[in-house]
Amino acid sequence: MASNPIIHLEKVGKSFDGGASWAVRDVTLSIEPGELVALVGHSGSGKTTLLKAINRLVEVDGEVRVAGQSVRDVEPALLRRNIGYVFQGIGLFPHMTVAENMAVTPRLLGWSRGDIAARTDELFDLVNLPRGFGPRLPEALSGGQRQRVGVARALAAKPAIVLMDEPFGALDPVTRDALGRAYRALHDDLRLTTVMVTHDVQEALLMADRVLVAAEGGIVADATPAALLAGHDDPRVTELLATPRRQAERIAAMARDAAG
Amino acid sequence: MNGLMNGQVRAALALLPDYLAQHVLLSAAALACGILLALPLSLWAARRPRARWVVLAVASTVQTIPGLALLALFYPLLLGLSAITVRVFGWQVQALGFLPSLLALTLYSMLPILRNAVAGLTGLDPAVLEAADGVGMTPRQKLLRVEAPLAAPVVMAGVRTAAVWTIGAATLSTPVGQTSLGNYIFSGLQTENWVFVLFGCAAAAVLALVVDQLLGIIETGAARRDMRRLAGGLAALLVATAAAAAPLLRAPVPAYVIGAKNFSEQFILAEMMQDQLRQAGADVRRKDGLGSAVVFRALAAGDIDVYVDYSGTLWTNVLGRTDSPDRAAMLAELTRQLRDRYGVVVLGPLGFENAYAMTMKAEAAGKMGVSSLDELSAHAGALRLGSDLEFLSRPEWAALKRTYGLNFKSERSYNPTFMYRAIESGEADVISAFSSDGRIAAQNLVVLGDPRHAIPAYDAVILISPKRVDDRRLREALTPLVGRIPVERMREANLSVDRDADKRSPAEAAAALSAEIGLGPRR
Repeated sequence: MASNPIIHLEKVGKSFDGGASWAVRDVTLSIEPGELVALVGHSGSGKTTLLKAINRLVEVDGEVRVAGQSVRDVEPALLRRNIGYVFQGIGLFPHMTVAENMAVTPRLLGWSRGDIAARTDELFDLVNLPRGFGPRLPEALSGGQRQRVGVARALAAKPAIVLMDEPFGALDPVTRDALGRAYRALHDDLRLTTVMVTHDVQEALLMADRVLVAAEGGIVADATPAALLAGHDDPRVTELLATPRRQAERIAAMARDAAG
Repeated sequence: MNGLMNGQVRAALALLPDYLAQHVLLSAAALACGILLALPLSLWAARRPRARWVVLAVASTVQTIPGLALLALFYPLLLGLSAITVRVFGWQVQALGFLPSLLALTLYSMLPILRNAVAGLTGLDPAVLEAADGVGMTPRQKLLRVEAPLAAPVVMAGVRTAAVWTIGAATLSTPVGQTSLGNYIFSGLQTENWVFVLFGCAAAAVLALVVDQLLGIIETGAARRDMRRLAGGLAALLVATAAAAAPLLRAPVPAYVIGAKNFSEQFILAEMMQDQLRQAGADVRRKDGLGSAVVFRALAAGDIDVYVDYSGTLWTNVLGRTDSPDRAAMLAELTRQLRDRYGVVVLGPLGFENAYAMTMKAEAAGKMGVSSLDELSAHAGALRLGSDLEFLSRPEWAALKRTYGLNFKSERSYNPTFMYRAIESGEADVISAFSSDGRIAAQNLVVLGDPRHAIPAYDAVILISPKRVDDRRLREALTPLVGRIPVERMREANLSVDRDADKRSPAEAAAALSAEIGLGPRR
């Protein structure tokens, strides 16, 4: 692998009960610039803890480096302003307009009013929302539109890294697929590095360059989607992949029958 | 009747600027203190589940103390504090009036604000809080930009409740010497001036409604994030408060503070002393409706300068004596003891007695053949006693029971006005009336003799506070009252205020009495 990771985790561990049990134990991994990495696994596998260790929403043992610098040396608030964060709850500020929500991080960073206005216009185009939504309150938007605003808010200050925690989990399948593909395009255009947590293996396989499978606090598989589908030694990984594979094969078979 | 009503309404309106100003100032100050204390406390408690429980439990407990009791409790507390500060720093704390009222009302106003603020802060959407962290807000930015604005409408609803409570409870500050709209209610209740009572209730209710509406505008402004509405409501509230409190700026600094207990005779005598002092060119302020135990301590502490008390009351309550020497001996001993122990000067007796007098309806007494307490004791077991609020816990009652072996079928306490009503309606057979009360004659009651002198003498005397001992103007203004008021005149004056029809205000009664005894004409 290339030797200049933008995110590096070294022997990262986390126990929420003083060492009796471990949510994450002894994980070491590197993520290269430009990668879209999906972290998959069942709930309780430790995948969200690993994600939140990167922007210090969770404090962990071991070392986390972002762009070569230990996150422990950076104020958490300052660190997070330079890392986009999108999550299932979306968490738009209900008392701020759509435009104000998008501009939160630039404002915290002290951008000028003109720069913020220009950036907000760009963001509407980027996430494919009409600019007329700017003065509306979040409550006036649909779920899909709200998560587009959530993505725009995460991208507002032009971060190099975006962290996503089940970003599209609460959306209906059609909206989910559309947003997933739109995000993948944005990721490529903006040359982002993205780490996405999801329990949906299908989504991970279709969106990511690289899939990490978390289980029992460790990483049990780390491979491209194609390599994973080709087969894996660990039965937990095989089992995780079995269901989407079976579903895909049944749908393919039905499609053949319908055509034949 | 109509003209009389108008006259009383006019009298009430004349007092309104001062009462309203003091009421508004007190309520606003208490509410402001309540907000300033409750907000940081709720912020602290919202982040600590266990502390939150304790804070809310304490606040709720305070709320269960009756408002009047809470106000009353601060008086001895501040008196004790004052004794310490005098010893340590050489200055005293005001134990009467604004300070105890402010403290009690502040405590009272805190619960709704605390409860709502804690609920507002702990009830926020966790996703929104996670987003605030995720976008890189510091804890302070998170509080100011997210938590505070989102909790604001709930907090404002609490402030609104607190404001209505505070304005209502402020009417109870009259007995601890703070003028408020409650003065109408307390003095009206004592003199059976229902116009005053209604006027006081209505004024307090209207004030509460107006403030509630203005705060409502601010609340909806906060909820809708409508800055114009919020600022407009706030401005209107500030202007209204300033306008209501404005008369206080114009009021002259008071030179003398006259105290009065809570019955008609006291109001009339306070009016007469006030007139004498005003004629001498002095400024005067009044503290009416003080509790009978509070008032002497207030005088000794210098919170009031002068008031009228009764020798027997001072003898038993202040000096703690249980014997009852004759009038002259008691007066001489009292004068000496009060001067030596408290530095209080007895200027002199006014000339009449207001003793506790056990009375019955003349008709009933005649039928039973009872004319003295000796004769009453045989019948007491079948009779019901009505007393004023303090009589049953006073040493005079203990002395009466001991001396005559009195043992009534039942004993009930009333406010003095209702005590006379009770014997009129037959709810009580014997009452502990006051000998200078005009209602004894008006209601055809007879005073039962006290052949064994169980009840001491009750000469009305003017008392002067230690800090005014050398004040010549005060002495010269009040000395003309000494020895000049015969009991018949006092009874007439009292009755003219207490009776149902053709009622006079205490000020009118005082003017008439002054004229009758040949004191200088009123303005």
